[in-house]
Amino acid sequence: MQPILEIRNLQAGVEGRHILKGISLTIQPGEIHAVMGPNGSGKSTLAAVLAGREGYDIVSGEVRYLGQDLLELDPEERARAGLFLAFQYPVEIPGVNSTYFLKAALNEIRKHRGLSEMDAIEFLGFVKDKIKLLELNEDLLKRPVNVGFSGGEKKRNEIFQMAVLEPRLAVLDETDSGLDIDALRVVSNGVNKLRSPQNAALVITHYQRLLNYIVPDFVHVLMDGRIVRSGGKELALELEERGYDWIAREQRLAA
Amino acid sequence: MSASNQSLPTHPAVSDERPTPEFCFSVWEQALRERSEPKWVYPLRKAGLARFAELGYPTLQHEDWRFTNVEGIASRPFRPALTPAGATLTPGELDQLVFARLGGDRLVFVDGHFSPALSHFGPKPGGVELTSLGAALKNGGATLQASLARQSRVATNAFTALNDAFFTDGACIVVPPDTVVPEPVRLVFVGSAGGGQGRSAHLRNLILVGAHAQVTVLETYVSFGGTAMLTNTVTELEAGEGAVVEHLRFQDESEDAFHLGALYATIGRLANVVTHSFALGSQLSRQSLHTVLDGEGLEATLNGLYLTTGNRLADHHMVVEHAKPHCASHEYFNGILAGKSRGVFHGRILVRPNAQKTDAKQTNKNILLSPTATVNTKPQLEIYADDVKCTHGATIGQLNPESVFYLRARGIPLETARRMLIHAFAGEIIDRVRCTPIRQELDQLVWDRLEADEHVHVGARK
Ligand SMILES: Nc1ncnc2c1ncn2[C@@H]1O[C@H](COP(=O)(O)OP(=O)(O)OP(=O)(O)O)[C@@H](O)[C@H]1O
Ligand SMILES: [Mg+2]
Repeated sequence: MQPILEIRNLQAGVEGRHILKGISLTIQPGEIHAVMGPNGSGKSTLAAVLAGREGYDIVSGEVRYLGQDLLELDPEERARAGLFLAFQYPVEIPGVNSTYFLKAALNEIRKHRGLSEMDAIEFLGFVKDKIKLLELNEDLLKRPVNVGFSGGEKKRNEIFQMAVLEPRLAVLDETDSGLDIDALRVVSNGVNKLRSPQNAALVITHYQRLLNYIVPDFVHVLMDGRIVRSGGKELALELEERGYDWIAREQRLAA
Repeated sequence: MSASNQSLPTHPAVSDERPTPEFCFSVWEQALRERSEPKWVYPLRKAGLARFAELGYPTLQHEDWRFTNVEGIASRPFRPALTPAGATLTPGELDQLVFARLGGDRLVFVDGHFSPALSHFGPKPGGVELTSLGAALKNGGATLQASLARQSRVATNAFTALNDAFFTDGACIVVPPDTVVPEPVRLVFVGSAGGGQGRSAHLRNLILVGAHAQVTVLETYVSFGGTAMLTNTVTELEAGEGAVVEHLRFQDESEDAFHLGALYATIGRLANVVTHSFALGSQLSRQSLHTVLDGEGLEATLNGLYLTTGNRLADHHMVVEHAKPHCASHEYFNGILAGKSRGVFHGRILVRPNAQKTDAKQTNKNILLSPTATVNTKPQLEIYADDVKCTHGATIGQLNPESVFYLRARGIPLETARRMLIHAFAGEIIDRVRCTPIRQELDQLVWDRLEADEHVHVGARK
């Protein structure tokens, strides 16, 4: 089977800083991978490089997404090909109406998939259930993108967008941080709804808690720009218990 | 003086003498004799001419004109279009222009002269007067004497002085107290194609709104290009106690045109006035807005958007004068600049000694879409009262790259993303237009313009 994502020895940096120091990771359809790691270890940098944020230098390595060279594609081409990034810090965009924005995004992606564009009425019908699923207030969709949304609403809005755009690969960057217990359940529920044998997700988180709801197939520990350990979901429990220090110590011993 | 009583040339540049305002005035005096203006108008014109002789064309040394060079006007011969041009537009051509589909009355002026054939307006109920200024003056104009040139007379602006001397026509709108004009009144000012270098149209509008009356007036300026024509327009607005007024000036002249506009507004107690300036066209445009808040408890909103490309320059020169206590003034001006174009914003807020509890707010935000576009923005606060709130803020920047990335990361193409963000920035201003059909048309027009222009495309590709 063709992997969804294949990262081979990826080294990347920004503004002269070397941040990712050789990452290799393969994600097969149907899999959920969790990436954990201390602050500043490079998790968001990895997400940014995958989504195509400007300003990052790829030093070496390659990333294949569904058989294509991902790093060659513009951010919008990646999105249309089914890659979705849920932002750690969703941006407020005054003056751009949420519904208008999301309908435009959906239609770009539908065009790419050879589907007809949706008009406003069809769109509203299409998103209705998904709004309910994320327990979002419908009024939020009448507001400008993320403007005046609470921290939790912003995160839920990211997953709502994901539910609408139905990506093949979702990269969730700390979608759980800042969520209360109920919101965490709602958001996880949204992510799990999208789980299918064809799709995959890369879930970046600091907390094992999220992984009780979104149960990963693999857990990777990222430290100082490298994946220093990979394991099953029990690795997350171990990290929760023991922190990252013991891995760092083992690393030093091995070296 | 060399005036003859033969038929007058449209452009009085007949002699070897370099056409100057002084020379042209002698020709103009002859034409005025046939126009039968009331006696009191002539001294106003004469005073304007004298004032202009004193002031001369402004240069970059002049504090108010430091960034706006009018050499292109001063160096050309002065050829006011003193009589109507032979060729005019057909109603069909006019219907192609913006805001043509709006309902309501329309007064059309071509090269500074009223065109009855292109205009349509019926008699108004409730004593509302809507006519050309020329006709209003011909009919005696006794009610106008107190108002015409009342605000412009003390002008320090040379172009206003020139306008006092040479205005050929314009609109006269008088709304009696307690009267509501339901539909917007449209004034369309067209510059025709052709004509000689230095051709100019001098327009004067008078809008007198009585106590508790309501009206919306839309001034549209368009031109067909070819001669670097100058439009020099002055509007005097008086809003009485409790009046509700929306005034819009939409300037979309051809890219070789010069546009000098002034709006003098005196606002009465408890009135609510909003003025808009949309500057999209011409090679050089300057709007001077002088607003006097002349009664307690009133609210004035001065709103503006400039969209420039190429080598164009758009200048807004504001004077907001708080003369009475408890007034609020809000200035919102956004600029979107591409190419090598330039924006100039000068915002003076003057708070008179007794104008306590003044609440004056001013913002000027600019987006530069190319590294060669520039903006000069300057607030100037002169506050002579001690219990006031005055804030101002100016920003000059690019589109937020985080926002662009967010949109692209959802599949929206780069150019569409840029257009959405620019449009949103313009929308902050457009959304303040209260008259719905005008707002909707403006919104569409700006969106189309952004799509067609270099605005979106410049420097887009990374
Ligand atoms: N634009 C930038 N310029 C300079 N340094 C940067 C930039 N972006 C990230 N970094 C640095 O790279 C390192 C990795 O940052 P990154 O945001 O990827 O960490 P993270 O693992 O997501 O951390 P957190 O858990 O706090 O979200 C940090 O030391 C950060 O300061
Ligand atoms: Mg991070």
